[in-house]
Amino acid sequence: MFVRMVYESFRRQKRRKVLAGAAITLGVTVATAMIAVATDIGDKINRELRTIGANLVVTPQEDSLDLEIGGVNLKPPTDGAFLNEADLPNIRGIFWHNNITGFAPMLPVSVPFTYGDKKLDVTLLGTYFAKHLSYGKEEFTTGVRNTHPWWKVDGRWPDDDYSSVLLGERLAARIGWNALHTVNLSGREFHVSGVLSTGGSEDDEVIAPIAVAQQILGKPGAVRRIYVSALTKPEDAFARRDPKSLSGAIYDRWYCTPYPQAIALQLTEAISHSHAEQIRQVSQNEGAVLTRIEGLIFLITLAALFASALAVSAAMATAIFERRAEVGLMKALGAGKLAVASIFFAEAALLALIGGALGFGLGSALARQIGHSIFNSEISIPPVLLPVILAIAVIVTFLGSAAAIRRAVGLDPVFALRGEL
Amino acid sequence: MSHSVQDLAGRRERAPHTSMFVRMLVRAAILRRGRAASALFAMVVAAAVATAMLNLYVDVQAKLRREFRNYGANIILVGKDATSLPADTLTRVDSILQARGVAAPFAMVVARTADGQPIVVAGTEFDRVQKLDKWWSVSAWPAEFPTSRAQNAREMGHPGLVGVRALPVVSPKGEDFALTFQGKTLQVAPAGTVRTGAAEDSRIYLSLADFEAWTGVQPSTIEVAASGSPEEVARMLKELGTAIPTADVRPVRQIMEGEARVLGKTRATLLAASALIILTAALCVLSTLMGWVFDRRRDFAIMKALGASTRLLNGFFAAEAAVLGAMGAVIGFAAGIGIAAWIGRANFHAAVVPRWSVLPVVLAGSMAVTLLSAILPISLLRRVQPAVTLRGE
Repeated sequence: MFVRMVYESFRRQKRRKVLAGAAITLGVTVATAMIAVATDIGDKINRELRTIGANLVVTPQEDSLDLEIGGVNLKPPTDGAFLNEADLPNIRGIFWHNNITGFAPMLPVSVPFTYGDKKLDVTLLGTYFAKHLSYGKEEFTTGVRNTHPWWKVDGRWPDDDYSSVLLGERLAARIGWNALHTVNLSGREFHVSGVLSTGGSEDDEVIAPIAVAQQILGKPGAVRRIYVSALTKPEDAFARRDPKSLSGAIYDRWYCTPYPQAIALQLTEAISHSHAEQIRQVSQNEGAVLTRIEGLIFLITLAALFASALAVSAAMATAIFERRAEVGLMKALGAGKLAVASIFFAEAALLALIGGALGFGLGSALARQIGHSIFNSEISIPPVLLPVILAIAVIVTFLGSAAAIRRAVGLDPVFALRGEL
Repeated sequence: MSHSVQDLAGRRERAPHTSMFVRMLVRAAILRRGRAASALFAMVVAAAVATAMLNLYVDVQAKLRREFRNYGANIILVGKDATSLPADTLTRVDSILQARGVAAPFAMVVARTADGQPIVVAGTEFDRVQKLDKWWSVSAWPAEFPTSRAQNAREMGHPGLVGVRALPVVSPKGEDFALTFQGKTLQVAPAGTVRTGAAEDSRIYLSLADFEAWTGVQPSTIEVAASGSPEEVARMLKELGTAIPTADVRPVRQIMEGEARVLGKTRATLLAASALIILTAALCVLSTLMGWVFDRRRDFAIMKALGASTRLLNGFFAAEAAVLGAMGAVIGFAAGIGIAAWIGRANFHAAVVPRWSVLPVVLAGSMAVTLLSAILPISLLRRVQPAVTLRGE
C-alpha cells in the first residue's frame, strides 16, 4: 500500500513532482559545479601564477658570489662552480615531480660579437627552449618556453639541437639588425631565427641552445643555474621549520608536503653539489594571492550552497502545502501522523535522489564547461563527490520539507478537506 | 432598481479604489503572514546574495591588485646607456606617482673586500625598499642615516644590510669589515642580513647617503610599484617616459602579464559563480511567490465574483508584488552589504566599500522577478471561472 501510494503520487501529480524535482536538480547542479570549481581553483590559479616565472632556483653549492647589476652578471664566465647538465633529468625523479611544471638551465658566457663592421662584447645566454629529455621511460619537454612564458619571439623559436640563436630586442635595435641573417659570434657563424623581447636584461643578450654556450666556454655539460617552476603549497609556520630538527613521522609529513622548502630540499638531493633556494619574490607572494583567491571562492561556494538549499526547501514547502486536502483525506481514512509523514518523506527522498543524480551530472558538465572556457583545462570532479552530494541533497530536502510536513500532518482533517486553511 | 445597480457599478468603476486597495494589500499580508513572511524572506535572501556578489565582483579586482603590488616593482627606470639618473629624478617620479605607488632608487658598484674579492655594493633608501620589496626576508633593517651620521662621527662602521651569501665572505663572525672602491675604504657594520633567493643575496646594501659619500656614484635605477588598473599603469609609464627623457622606462612584463591573467581568470570565475547564485536565488523567489499566488486563487475568484475587473486584479497583484520586491530589495541590499563587508574583512583584511550603484540594479531585478512570478500564475488563473475555483475544483 505504502509503495503504491508513493508510486501513484508520482504518476498522477507529474507537474508538481517535475517542479519540485527541477528545483532540486538546479540546486544540486549549482552546488556540484561550485564545489568542483572551489576544490580545483587553487591548482588552476597556481598554474596561472607560473606565468610570473620560476619560483625556485638551483645554484652550485660552492659557488663564488654573483656580481649581478641590473640583471647582467659581471662575474667572469669561468669563475665559480658549475652544475652538471646530466643531472637535470633527475628533477623528474623527485617525490613531487608531478608538481614541477618546467625547468630551464642557464649558462651565460661573454662572446665577441661581429655584425658587418660592428664589433662588441655581448653576453650569450645558453638555455633550453623546449628540450626533449627522458627520465627512465618517461619522455618530457622543458625549457624557457615553459618557465618564462612572457618571453616573446618575433620569428621562430630556435631548435635546441641546432645552433640557431635569438637576438635580444635592444641588441638587435642597437646593431640595426633587420632581417633573417647570420651573426658572427666568437668567430663562428650562427643562424638567427628570431628576435626575443622580454622586457628584462635578456633584451641585450644573445640567447642560444645551451650546447652552444658550453662549446664557447669549453666546458661541456656545464650549467650555471637552473630555474624551476613548481606548484607549491603556501608556506606556513610548519613549512619554515628546519627539516634537520624534525624527527621521524613529522619529518616525513614535512618532506611529503609540496612546500617550496621541501621541493627545494628534494632538488638539492636530485642534483649533485647543488643548493636550491626559493625565489622569495615569486614564491612568497604566490602564497598570499593563492590564499586570497581560494578563500574568496570558498566563501562564495558557501553562499551558493546556502542559496541552493534555500531554493530546494522553498520548492518542497510549496509542493507539500498544496497537498493539504490529500493529507486531510488520509487522516480522515484513519492514517496516523507517522504514516502520513513517512509517505511524504519517502517521496522527498526519492525526489532528492533522482534530482541529486541528475543535478550531479549537469553540475559536472557545467564545471567542465567553466574549466574549459575560463582556464582552458579540465576541472576534474572526484567521483567521491557523488555520494556526498546525494547525501547533502537528501538532507537538505528533508530539512526543507520537515516544517511543511509537520504543519500538514498537524492539520485538522475537517478544515483541511473543506479547504479552509 | 436596475438603474441604481447600474449607477452603483458605474460609481465603482470611476471611484478611486485607493483606501480599499491599500486595505486589501495590508490585510493580505497580515492574514497570511506565514506565507507572506516566507515570500519576503526568499526575496531578502535573493537580494542580499545578489548585492554581495555584485559588490564583490566590482571590488575584488582592486583588492587582488593590492596583493599583486606585493610582487614589487612593475616599472623600472634605468639611466640610458648605463649612465646615472639626474639627481632630481626620484623627486620627479614621486610627484608623478603621488600616492599611487612606491619608488625606490638603487645605485650599484663593484667594490672589493679586504682580501680583494669583488662584491656588489648597493646604495638605497631602506624605508622605501621596505615598502617596495615586501618579500625580502630581513633579520634587522639598518637604522636610518641620522644615526649613521652619529656613528660616522665616532668613526664606527656604517650600518649595512648584508646578503646571506655575502655574509660568510665578508663577515663570518658578524664583525665590522672594510670595503674598497677606487682606493677609498669604507668600514661597514653588518646591521642585518637579507635573503631573497635572487641576486640580492650576494650584495651589500648601504644607505644611499653613505653610499654616495663613499663612491660618488648616483642612483642608476629606480624601481616603481605603481598601483591601479592596467590603463592607469600604462598612462603612468608614458608620463614617466616624457618627464624623465634621460631614462629608459620599462614595464616589468612578467609581473604585469601574470597579474592580468590571474585577475582576469578570477573575475571570470566570480562572474560565473555570481550568475549561478543569482539565478538560483531568483528561481527560489519565483517558486515561493508562484506558490503563494496560486494558493490565493480563492481570493482571486471571490474578487472576480464580486465584480472586480481584470485590470484591477492585475493591478492588485502587481502592486503586491512590487511592494514585496521593493521591501525585499532594500532589506536584502543592507544585508548583502553586510555579507560583502564580512567577506572582505575575513578574506582580504580590508572592508569592501558599499557600491550604491548596485542598489538600483538589485531593486530593478527584484521587482522584475516578483512581477514575473505574480503575472505568470495570474495569466493562468484568468481563464478560470470563479465558480469552479470557489467550489474547490
